[in-house]
Amino acid sequence: MKLKKKDLIRELKNFTINFGPQHPAAHGVLRLILELDGEVVKKADAHIGLLHRGTEKLIEYKNYLQALPYFDRLDYVSMMAQEHTYSLAIEKLANINVPRRAQIIRVIFLEITRILNHLLAVGCHSMDVGAMTPFLWAFEEREKLLEFYERVSGARMHSAYIRPGGVSLDLPLGFLDDLYLFVKQFSVRLDEIDEMLTNNRIWKERLVDIGVISAKKATEWGFSGVMLRGSGLSWDLRKHQPYEIYPELDFAIPVGSNGDCYDRYLIRLEEMRQSLNILSQAINLIDEGLSKSNNYKITSPLRKDFKLSMEAMIHHFKFFTENLVISTSETYTFTEAPKGEFGVYLISNDTNKPYRCKIKAPGFGHLQALNEMSKNHLIADVVTIIGTQDIVFGEVDR
Amino acid sequence: MIFFTVITLCKILILIVLLLIAVAYFTLAERKLLAVIQRRRGPNVVGVYGLLQPLSDGLKLLMKEIILPSNSNQTLFLIAPMLTFVISLLGWAVLPFDKYATLAELNLGILYILGISSVGVYGIIISGWASNSKYAFLGALRSTAQMVSYEVSLGFIIIVIVICCESFNINQIIYFQKNIWFLIPFFPLFLIFFISGLAETNRHPFDLPEAEAELVSGYNVEYSAMTFALFSLGEYSNMLLMSSLNIILFFGGWLSPLSFLSFLPGSFWFGIKIILFVILYVLMRAILPRYRYDQLMYLGWKVFLPISLGYLILTFSLIYSFDAYNY
Repeated sequence: MKLKKKDLIRELKNFTINFGPQHPAAHGVLRLILELDGEVVKKADAHIGLLHRGTEKLIEYKNYLQALPYFDRLDYVSMMAQEHTYSLAIEKLANINVPRRAQIIRVIFLEITRILNHLLAVGCHSMDVGAMTPFLWAFEEREKLLEFYERVSGARMHSAYIRPGGVSLDLPLGFLDDLYLFVKQFSVRLDEIDEMLTNNRIWKERLVDIGVISAKKATEWGFSGVMLRGSGLSWDLRKHQPYEIYPELDFAIPVGSNGDCYDRYLIRLEEMRQSLNILSQAINLIDEGLSKSNNYKITSPLRKDFKLSMEAMIHHFKFFTENLVISTSETYTFTEAPKGEFGVYLISNDTNKPYRCKIKAPGFGHLQALNEMSKNHLIADVVTIIGTQDIVFGEVDR
Repeated sequence: MIFFTVITLCKILILIVLLLIAVAYFTLAERKLLAVIQRRRGPNVVGVYGLLQPLSDGLKLLMKEIILPSNSNQTLFLIAPMLTFVISLLGWAVLPFDKYATLAELNLGILYILGISSVGVYGIIISGWASNSKYAFLGALRSTAQMVSYEVSLGFIIIVIVICCESFNINQIIYFQKNIWFLIPFFPLFLIFFISGLAETNRHPFDLPEAEAELVSGYNVEYSAMTFALFSLGEYSNMLLMSSLNIILFFGGWLSPLSFLSFLPGSFWFGIKIILFVILYVLMRAILPRYRYDQLMYLGWKVFLPISLGYLILTFSLIYSFDAYNY
């Protein structure tokens, strides 16, 4: 029996490395199977699902208020942005009006959340690339911000503060004064991080021209947020599809030109500065008023009311046992979360539990493009690219 | 004869004990200094200001179990850290701490140090190979290639200094810096020597082989307790050795900077200069991001080597054209 030529040719398989789930730079539980040719990455295959907690299914069995804390835990570094999107979805379905003071408080916390998220993104990214100091400086600032979360809701991270109808409790006394003190000193901290990294030759060599993605490919892969703006597209949902009091606020959107990791890093730093800008405008705009809607069919009554009024007591009882009943309709509501466009597709069916709640997480789309972005880069660059995409597994796996 | 042997053994013992104490407290100094830069405190629980921390670290590492992977080559696995540690201690034999305070005054002292640092690469290769793990192997290969590339420019810079001092004898090099330290005329060489020293000792920003983010600690990923401690001690001792070499070649060794201050012993000045270098090494670690491997290699071969080679030719031509050689 003669050997045919095709029996003699073996297929060359590339050297595969398992960038495993337990890895200091994998930003959570990411299993990446990298096919290497020497040290150049030929294919990056992401296996996700290691943090899948069944969020969407569990939401179907909870009433609307009980489902709210699930959203905190999705993207666990920028908590209130998700709660806000969900609350906006419910307000749209049930046609609820939010009082102005509540809107301004929400915007304040959304911008605080944006700063929280970008501090972690830039800090962890720089630690992965090797500079360990900005990580600790950024986390010190996060501690100060988490104190604001705790002051207003009692919990440092998962606060369940932004609820349908407004916010759950009003701001405590002295809160805005302390917020002003924070805003005053924060731009110096940003300057420190800027000074250490931005013009650093090693930083630039590690980040410029790494993970380049063109504007066309970015829209094809479903990017949003900083990833889109880095490639030159000026698209920010706060300006182009505004919500809350964003139409009244005056701020700029930084847009990159190259589409590489360096541009995205610069955009995140600049967005933090713009958030400071928005925070000071919001502190000036805030005035007396209700911090949540006074329609007690949709929000929990104030304690001083239900101690004296029978109707308020009944509403309290109904609210915490049965909660809102929303007639059959559906909505897709989206906001500019710090990581991108976070969307909630909510279908209600005339009961107090949602029929279906589909969550569109920005990190999911970004992670899909990891293979594309890290083609022909070295292993060290894969770490850089994961850092620049700002992936958090809570929202990718849900 | 016996008296001489005993005296020499005592000198060796004192040198090694003091060196190990210095290396242990170098680890503490690094942690404290890093902490200050990062707005936190560093170890301050164990002793007053954390001064007993190195002792408790050492004790802990002694008590832990040494894990021997069954797939590894067990003899080589155990020999590698011992080899690294011993070699890093050997270089200290020829360093002068004062005018007449050298353990072994060799006429070819600098050549000896160069040889020892070249042999130091073996410990890394053997550890990576003996671990029999993909990650350790990759890390060891990269580390070896990095050390060897930067040793070339180190060698050329040493040759420049040796040509100017007409001798390999370390004390002779120090005497030549009586009037002015070599830091001033050879400042670019000092910079290249310092950076090559960082790369030689696998230190930030050239610590890709040990980088957590990529390869999770590279060639010493399989090592556990005392063996890991030996690698660590070897690395820190190597760092101090590179700093001492730097000081001898550019900072005047044990000479005092101003002549009227020379009533203070030479070892005091040597100590101050080593402290300066320790601070510099820790500062480099705190501030800078890491180089990627190909950028590291580019720097070593395409930037530092041409510059040091060019400097060598420049120095030699200057000496030749000004007829300044005495031989």
